[in-house]
Amino acid sequence: MGIWQVMIEAFRAMGMNRLRAGLTMLGIIIGVGAVVLMLAIGESVRGDINQRITAMGSNLFIVFPGSSTANGVRAGRGAAQTLTQADAQALAGIENVEYSAPIIQQPFQVAAGNNNWNAMVYGVTPEYFSIKAWDTEAGSLFGDIEMRSLSRVAVLGRTTAQNLFGDMNPVGQTVRIRNKPFEVIGVLADKGSDLGGGDQDDAVFVPLATARQQVIRTWFPGSVNLIMVQAARADRMKDVEQDIVQTLRIRHRIREDQEDDFTVRDLSAIAEAAQGIATMLTLLLGAIGSISLVVGGIGIMNIMLVSVTERTREIGIRMAIGAKRRDVLLQFLTEAVVICVCGGAIGIALAYAGGLAVSRFSPLAVEISSFAIAIAFSFSAMVGVFFGFYPARRAAGLKPVEALRYE
Amino acid sequence: MPDPAMSAQPKSDPHPLIRMQAIRKSYFSGDIETPVLHGIDLTIERGEFVAIMGQSGSGKSTLMNILGCLDTPTSGTFNLDGAEAAQLSDNDLAAVRNRTIGFVFQGFNLLKRMPLVDNVALPLLYAGVSMREARERAMKKLALTGLGTFGKRLPNQISGGQQQRVAISRALVCDPALILADEPTGNLDTTTSQEIMELFTRLNREQRITILIVTHEPDVARYATRLVRLKDGLVTYDGPVAGAHF
Ligand SMILES: Nc1ncnc2c1ncn2[C@@H]1O[C@H](COP(=O)(O)OP(=O)(O)O)[C@@H](O)[C@H]1O
Ligand SMILES: [Mg+2]
Repeated sequence: MGIWQVMIEAFRAMGMNRLRAGLTMLGIIIGVGAVVLMLAIGESVRGDINQRITAMGSNLFIVFPGSSTANGVRAGRGAAQTLTQADAQALAGIENVEYSAPIIQQPFQVAAGNNNWNAMVYGVTPEYFSIKAWDTEAGSLFGDIEMRSLSRVAVLGRTTAQNLFGDMNPVGQTVRIRNKPFEVIGVLADKGSDLGGGDQDDAVFVPLATARQQVIRTWFPGSVNLIMVQAARADRMKDVEQDIVQTLRIRHRIREDQEDDFTVRDLSAIAEAAQGIATMLTLLLGAIGSISLVVGGIGIMNIMLVSVTERTREIGIRMAIGAKRRDVLLQFLTEAVVICVCGGAIGIALAYAGGLAVSRFSPLAVEISSFAIAIAFSFSAMVGVFFGFYPARRAAGLKPVEALRYE
Repeated sequence: MPDPAMSAQPKSDPHPLIRMQAIRKSYFSGDIETPVLHGIDLTIERGEFVAIMGQSGSGKSTLMNILGCLDTPTSGTFNLDGAEAAQLSDNDLAAVRNRTIGFVFQGFNLLKRMPLVDNVALPLLYAGVSMREARERAMKKLALTGLGTFGKRLPNQISGGQQQRVAISRALVCDPALILADEPTGNLDTTTSQEIMELFTRLNREQRITILIVTHEPDVARYATRLVRLKDGLVTYDGPVAGAHF
């Protein structure tokens, strides 16, 4: 008997007991739907994290003052406790370092006209924008000229610009920080939230020298809050990190037996950890989905066993008119696979709808890939074969005369 | 597929259609043996029309099941159409049931949810014939038994006599050499029984199909030409129907 004929018979058998076929299918629908949707959600979380990592800047170190000792207490060590702008310059000279950007920061109530808004004000050098690969969507960034001339210019993040100016174009307008007027020369492109969930667009950037002289009070002249260092190559991160530590220890005159008075954090390591967590999350969600798929498969097996028992006489009749064991095996196996594949198709459709719903009502953009669909489809067929095989073999193993006698 | 013209062989054929020697059959439940057939010798030539009679429990169905390759004897040799049944594999036996034998049951044994034409076509599908051709041939066999216009109906939409005709169409569809019918008229009234027996007679005369039929009723047995009587698993009479007293 051809496979096509066997399929027709399988559909006919399903049609004979629609409620049962439907309920059996429900297990597979839920299982496949769960696997596909869970994997898609996991994938989208991972994509989201990747995007944030890229936005953060690649091959990045953050150097901040104070040591990170085992008990977490940052021990002060005299005058060398703080990082300085000179340190940043020294770090820029290290081999394989692309940029070194010193940063000072302080939150202020920033005013524009009658509006005011609490934002973090950063004093940065032009290198900062290079490291973050961050450009303006309107106006321009400040450069070395503005740095040297102590210009009172500011570049706004999207969120801050929105809150201070609404729909108006802020470029050319004035914002007041500590009652000092700054001319807005640019608005930055949307950057989104950072790994910790903070809004990177809620910020005001001014030239470092201007900030130091006119708004932000630092620990002592020349000190900075942190230094961002970008390595030129990903495979040189370890060397660069060692060189940073060495350079700073020498500059801060730290003796052999003393601890660092600064901390170097490799952001790519953090990014890797975050990606690892996202992968784990995807696996976990996939595992949860798979469990429901297995439960659905056991449901199939259960129903197929009942069906084989109920149709013992039919099997006997088929054998009496010439069905080989293989024909009977194929018939029941096909029924299980047809149920699973139909259930799988519906499950995929539901997962698709679920994905649309999640995308709509959460910040995640869930997308069901055709790869996931192909996997889910073949997986459900495999579930059918796996869980259909035992009942089908039971049917095929019946003795014709005994099957015929069954009432 | 046997050519109907070839089925009419003289009695001296070295390969009779059926040759059974010393067939014994016991049923076992656990260690307890229930012997049912105690050594049956039976030779049936092509083209014969044989009635098997005997009291209930005498082993008629057991014998038919062995003849139909649905069951295997405990001992003895059974040669069907020149082949030793004991040496055939499961697949070979299925092929024999498919092509050489047509089975007709007391309870009709049609598949309930299938249209009649598909019921009749099913053996052809197992023989590897395409759906379209199988349906065409099935319709011909339905026409042969007088049900040419009933193809699309379901088994529960026709009478018992008609269902048995469908079952006979199904038994005929692969052009078998042998039809085995275990009490085919057992569930039918007298008139319908007569119609069914006339159909068997016609098939035997016109198509030279060998027919074995189990029955309780002398009136049914009289359609046959040879009578085999069983008692407690042994053959007690084997001879022409004419002259046998019932
Ligand atoms: N599967 C079986 N297991 C045990 N005993 C059986 C089985 N089938 C038939 N028998 C017994 O074998 C004897 C013959 O049965 P059967 O061949 O059906 O007789 P008949 O068809 O002549 O009425 C009966 O006594 C019956 O109880
Ligand atoms: Mg019987």
